[in-house]
Amino acid sequence: MTLETFPQLLSQHARERGDSAAMREKEYGIWQTLTWAHLAQLVEQIACGLHQAGLRRGEHMVVLGANRPRLYATMLAAQSLGAIPVPLYQDAAAAECVFPINNAEVRFAFAEDQEQIDKLLEIRPQCPQLAQLYFDDPRGLRKYDEPGLASLDELIAAGQVFAQQHPRFIEAEVARGQADEPAAMFFTSGTTGTPKGVVHTHASLLDRARAGAEFDKLTAEEEVLAYLPPAWIGQNIFSYAQWLACGYVVNCPESAATVTIDLKEIGPTYYFAPPRVFEGLLTSVMIRMEDAGAIKRGMFHACMDLARRVGPQLRDGKSVGLIDRLKYALGDLLVYGPLRNNLGFSRVRVAYTAGEAIGPDLFTFYRAIGINLKQLYGSTETAVFVCMQPDHEVKADTVGVPCRGVEIQVADNGEILVRSSGLLREYYKNPEATAEVKTADGWYRTGDAGFLDAQGHLKIIDRAKDVGALANGAMFAPKYIENKLKFFPHIKEAVALGDKRDKVCAMINIDFDAVGNWAEKRNLPYAGYPDLAGKPEVYELIRDCVEKVNADLAADERLAGSQIHRFLVLHKELDADDGELTRTNKVRRGFIADKYGVLIDALYGGKTEQFIETQVKFEDGRTGKVSADLKITDAKTFQPMKAAA
Amino acid sequence: MTLDHSTPATDATANATAGRQIGDVILDVQNISLAFGGVKALTDISFNVREHEIRAIIGPNGAGKSSMLNCINGVYHPQQGTITFRGQQFRDMNSRQVAEMGVARTFQNLALFKGMSVLDNIMSGRNLRIKSNLFLQALRIGPALREEIAHREHVERIIDFLEIQAYRKTPVGQLPYGLQKRVDLGRALAMEPQVLLLDEPMAGMNVEEKQDMCRFILDVNEEFGTTVVLIEHDMGVVMDISDRVVVLDYGKKIGDGSPEEVRNNEDVIRAYLGTSH
Repeated sequence: MTLETFPQLLSQHARERGDSAAMREKEYGIWQTLTWAHLAQLVEQIACGLHQAGLRRGEHMVVLGANRPRLYATMLAAQSLGAIPVPLYQDAAAAECVFPINNAEVRFAFAEDQEQIDKLLEIRPQCPQLAQLYFDDPRGLRKYDEPGLASLDELIAAGQVFAQQHPRFIEAEVARGQADEPAAMFFTSGTTGTPKGVVHTHASLLDRARAGAEFDKLTAEEEVLAYLPPAWIGQNIFSYAQWLACGYVVNCPESAATVTIDLKEIGPTYYFAPPRVFEGLLTSVMIRMEDAGAIKRGMFHACMDLARRVGPQLRDGKSVGLIDRLKYALGDLLVYGPLRNNLGFSRVRVAYTAGEAIGPDLFTFYRAIGINLKQLYGSTETAVFVCMQPDHEVKADTVGVPCRGVEIQVADNGEILVRSSGLLREYYKNPEATAEVKTADGWYRTGDAGFLDAQGHLKIIDRAKDVGALANGAMFAPKYIENKLKFFPHIKEAVALGDKRDKVCAMINIDFDAVGNWAEKRNLPYAGYPDLAGKPEVYELIRDCVEKVNADLAADERLAGSQIHRFLVLHKELDADDGELTRTNKVRRGFIADKYGVLIDALYGGKTEQFIETQVKFEDGRTGKVSADLKITDAKTFQPMKAAA
Repeated sequence: MTLDHSTPATDATANATAGRQIGDVILDVQNISLAFGGVKALTDISFNVREHEIRAIIGPNGAGKSSMLNCINGVYHPQQGTITFRGQQFRDMNSRQVAEMGVARTFQNLALFKGMSVLDNIMSGRNLRIKSNLFLQALRIGPALREEIAHREHVERIIDFLEIQAYRKTPVGQLPYGLQKRVDLGRALAMEPQVLLLDEPMAGMNVEEKQDMCRFILDVNEEFGTTVVLIEHDMGVVMDISDRVVVLDYGKKIGDGSPEEVRNNEDVIRAYLGTSH
């Protein structure tokens, strides 16, 4: 039998290592193991039930719920019949499910529990074709009397009978599966416009899953905790595609609230999380350390200072002096080891973060305490793996080297183009959108701007549409500069200006809490936000940050021109209520350019002071005016360094 | 145990047949009068509770709601009247005997063991069902160990049911109030009661916690077929979830019937709107 589709891989695991664990789920306080053989049996029964109920080859089936063995079994069952599972986000509002269900003409849906079933029933009038709804957890659903609503148990029971009568049926169906058939469809979140269904074939998902697995030498021995939404391709790759490709164990947490406890109990060897998860973990550690006794706290800080200096060097395989090595070993015994254990990272061999830029301090913290945290680059359309950081070649501001089978090209506008066998087949029923992102010769437009550095690592700088150019033609990537500024705890928000101008200037928002705290420790009195923001000491503090960013930018030939020449500290916080930020806290450049036009003119006009009066909206809806005389300061810029050979 | 959820599924089917068909009178309260010295707490109260129903007792402060519950519970002994549970009359029974008959309760002011974990608190609800003697339990040998495992399994089902898995090992005193209320309910459920008495299960909760608690009460009633008698202040909650409502005022019964009937009862409106007496 060929091993080209996910159900075929399942059959192989069940045949060759049926007694090994495939999944674990914590139920009633105990980790329950599901072996490959049992899983294959469960999948066969569900598949037979679905076949009897009328699920046909090429049809889409929605799965809606958290990571549970029976959700994954249902996806495998649908694929066994040649149907295409469409996982939807379990926390999406009911209305958000309407478009995907109608777009994919879904008749069959699997939902985890009452909450998800309620959602589907709510939108049923808008989705008349939605005929069969199956639920896993019967709790609260007993009184429901809806046509086509049935429990998964009933489906399994029916499937069991069918399987006994037709023992070879599923085997034959699975054998019919082809690599180039669609395997799953993922809807992109669609922050702009309607969502798009990204169609991936078995071949594209498996190709990327295997490339990623080879890159980090994953084996069947890995332990993974599946805790992010299954509708997100990242989770799907890590706990489905790579799970079936490698045959490791996927663990399902008891509930969303127990993830940190379960993480500790499982001790995954392969771990993946977006930066915000790592940030949350770090914050909880820091809060607990602040509450600890003076001795423990002192020990922690002393060890962390050492770790920040030595840890990353050790991770990168660089040489470290003997004394430092010994000290680090002692720190490992006293602090880093117990801390890793407490976070559930004791056994982590490879950990990845992706999705957005990660702050260098955050990134360094985890590497310093001995966790092999790395970055990767990819998207739903590329089935995740485009670039990955190899062990010992990890940098905070790049996303690694292209992995097997990936070609990268940088377009004239700085946009990154990717070609690999893991690209989406199409956007479902949306040839215009497909044509927009996929060129005739098979390149995918990522929409991200960036470049490959001297070592061949990809560096992402901004969304391509935001990247502009300075008057002298040099590239100008505002978000890249702003992110660098925002990584400093004292800076909350920043706006970089420079498109079609001769130099870059910046408007900066201080972080009131952090800077306020800083001022109090220095016995620096202030009367409020505008007063604090205007203090010369604060300007010095911010200038320091700006100059560090400039030094950083100067190290890169392409970005050296984007050094910040002048800056000012704004007298009020940029606020979504005043229209300066979007609701998700992204800077609205056009609006700001209008509103603060006088400041921008002053920045470029060489003035050292400018009066400004702006309208603000208070939380109770009233409006008022704030005014201030803002100082404008120059920052030191650096000679661009030639890239080291 | 495998992962195919067979155990809960069989439970579920068994319960489905037990169902939520409101049955015969399970608890009958006849002409109860209770006085503390010269203070008449309850005067000639009669009402009944049918099997599998949710029965609410409402009334303004000091109406005698908790006293009524304490009578059913065997904490107070009324001077007059009878209480019949499944055809068996109980006068002068202590609360342990009442508990053994299958009546469990929760308390208005939580009475949990603050220093003990959630798990141990709920386990303490199994107390009446533990058969092995103290000596075997202390040594954790043979039958005592097997028994403890069986009880633990039952407790785990309750933890799962009340969605408090994340707090299993947390001392109850560290939990927020809403969660403590849930643990209190869990401990009562651990007794596998036929009748569950809830004394203001939603007092002091925010809207979200109230909604959660309502769902748990309805689910207990539906999944386990447990008869529920609850005292509640929040009229909205009472009207939404109960099958029948008794209204007390100054120790007297002033209304009895479906939520709709009670809502339109003149006496009830007067008692709640506070007309002068």
